[in-house]
Amino acid sequence: MKIINKKTINQVGGVKITQLDIFSPDIAAKALPGQFIMLMVSENGERIPLTLVNTDKEKGIVSLIFQEAGFTTKSLGKLNPGDCLYSLVGPLGHPTEIKKFGKVILVGGGVGIAEILPIARALKQAGNQITTILGSRSKDLLILETELKSASDEIYIMTDDGSYGKKGFTTDMLKVLLAKDKYDLVYAVGPIPMMKRIVSVSKEFNVKTLVSLNALMVDATGMCGCCRVTVFDKVKFSCVDGPDFDGFGVDWEELEKRNKVYTVQEKHICNLFPKS
Amino acid sequence: MSKEPVKAREVSPEIRIGNFQEVVKGYSEEEALLEASRCLQCKNPLCSAGCPVGIDIKKFIYQIKQKDYQAAYLTIKEKSNFPSICGRVCPAEYQCRKACILTKKGSVFASEQAINIHFLERFAGDYARDNQINTKVENKKELSKFKVAVVGSGPAGLCCAGELARKGVKVDIFESLHKTGGVLRYGIPPFRLPADVLDFEINYLKKLGVNFITNFLVGKAKTIEELFAQGYAKIFLGLGAGVPSFLGVKGENLCNIYSVNEFLTRVNLMSAYKFPEFHTPVNIGRNVLIVGGGNTAMDSARVALRLQKINGLPLNTTVVYRRTEIEMPARRLEIEHARQEGIKFEFLVQPKEFIGDDQGFVKSLACLRSKLGEPDSSGRRRPVIIEGSEFQIDCDLCVIAVGLKANQILINATPELKTNQYSDVIVDSETMESSIKGVFAGGDIVGGEGTVIEAMGMAKKAAQTIINQLLKKESSNA
Repeated sequence: MKIINKKTINQVGGVKITQLDIFSPDIAAKALPGQFIMLMVSENGERIPLTLVNTDKEKGIVSLIFQEAGFTTKSLGKLNPGDCLYSLVGPLGHPTEIKKFGKVILVGGGVGIAEILPIARALKQAGNQITTILGSRSKDLLILETELKSASDEIYIMTDDGSYGKKGFTTDMLKVLLAKDKYDLVYAVGPIPMMKRIVSVSKEFNVKTLVSLNALMVDATGMCGCCRVTVFDKVKFSCVDGPDFDGFGVDWEELEKRNKVYTVQEKHICNLFPKS
Repeated sequence: MSKEPVKAREVSPEIRIGNFQEVVKGYSEEEALLEASRCLQCKNPLCSAGCPVGIDIKKFIYQIKQKDYQAAYLTIKEKSNFPSICGRVCPAEYQCRKACILTKKGSVFASEQAINIHFLERFAGDYARDNQINTKVENKKELSKFKVAVVGSGPAGLCCAGELARKGVKVDIFESLHKTGGVLRYGIPPFRLPADVLDFEINYLKKLGVNFITNFLVGKAKTIEELFAQGYAKIFLGLGAGVPSFLGVKGENLCNIYSVNEFLTRVNLMSAYKFPEFHTPVNIGRNVLIVGGGNTAMDSARVALRLQKINGLPLNTTVVYRRTEIEMPARRLEIEHARQEGIKFEFLVQPKEFIGDDQGFVKSLACLRSKLGEPDSSGRRRPVIIEGSEFQIDCDLCVIAVGLKANQILINATPELKTNQYSDVIVDSETMESSIKGVFAGGDIVGGEGTVIEAMGMAKKAAQTIINQLLKKESSNA
């Protein structure tokens, strides 16, 4: 649970994205693309899930990339090499289905870009043709472009303000691609509104779409049901049934609301400990 | 004979709902002696038959009467590993006390006159704790070369580990959470089982050499096969029943509808009642409904009420149960405690649908009234819905406490492990060995939602088989 390496992936204005490499040979030995871990920064901390971005089995290191957005991710960003996490457990959840689908479009938005990197590498290795669409508010907020470029056959960058790549949303590019050519799979990770819009586009073209959901969790071993989501009218637990689900069936509105259950407390604790 | 039962001292309801400290204070020496003196010392005692592990109750009560508290403790320890814990959480009114000769014949649970066996057990357990008394360690040299993996650090796992370690076996306990104790930690609130009582037992196991490996999820980080390959001679599964059941009614995923496990885990394990000092939040309802009639329903009701009190809200927590009080599976003592604290009860009510506001938060529960019909397979009278009786209860926070099922991660990762229709692990009831040779199981993963003492009974049996098998292996190798 010792932090070996820390890297600021990006820092622009109020947005800070950090990478931590953590020594955890047991997790590194077993983790597969799409799986996640639960961690606690301190004994008083909360348990939060983070997707594994990279694992180095030989060195026994797992890598996490996160935006320092909430109280716990900010506290996590305060840790330095040599510090230990209070708790780290994993790998959790089902790995992403990796096989030869054919032509695959990967869509990453914001910090979700980090989560598609291991999927891109694994799907490419499985013989898929990879087209990647990255979405970012502006050029300087874009992360991991180089890494994803080498893991993809084609890559498209979309920025909200047009400061880099094309101006527009990932969905705009998805529409163009799906109208032009036949694809076998869309895999999307990003903010809920983005995934929701991606699915509405891919549904039009009837292309199977997997999404990795970021529901709130407590134990993440199927015991609390905090992360329950409705998929095709059935209640599923993101932690043990997911985190990947068929995007066509996800009740996005419910997920969006459930993820906001503690916004009041989050604000309160951030105001209370502005520097921690 | 004419003596009145000695009540255990309790913190008054007004005080105790403002904190999470233990409610029942237990007996003083004088009180214990007085209660012990009420025991008739029956020639053919019935009480032991009412104990799931067959503690020699007559004997330990006699030893208390003789002021030989150490002996009393050791008598209990022959059958139960954690007297301080069981004395607090055992549903004695359905077990030993119900069997006591002083209970009225035909009564569904113990009469008030029945000997307070659980309080006496707790007295003996706490005496030993305060005086650092424990069972003798009988390190068998021939066993010290063996390593056993125990998966899960709840009641079954702790008990099995203790039994093995006492004989000299090396034990590693794997726990997926960051803290040990399983349901004793995340489920049972500290006002029923204080952390120091649990920690004492865990620390004792550590002193015996048991190695606790937290943050380790067997089934994901390692498979059963890999544990064997790592050199464990035997594996005991005390996985527990932690998968929450829901009602399956409309609107159940609205915000502020918690499973009982989520609600209790946030508060007990993560200390959400101390937010923001502890960083895990829990919401506090003004109109709280708890659906269910078991111990977890009572626990979550009393937790919700304490959260209201601590946060300066008017007390308003109601338990909604589909049968009547007499059919409630909860401990009578805890129903009484809940009522004293101000928990309200709505019986013969069947939830139909949760109704939410435009932010997705629950605002009311639509219900139907029922009446009791014919007995069902459990022997309890089945609730029958009264047509046209629909009504609504205001509710801005609801806890669903309608049962827990077997934990599935390791079971799903181990297809060779045979399970029954409830996904419980199937074992030989004599040896507790599963369909995989060398893999044993006990506790709720075998019996479904049971009690601490039942889990202990199974774990002890499994430990005995493990020891026998290891000794046999050793002698055949010699």
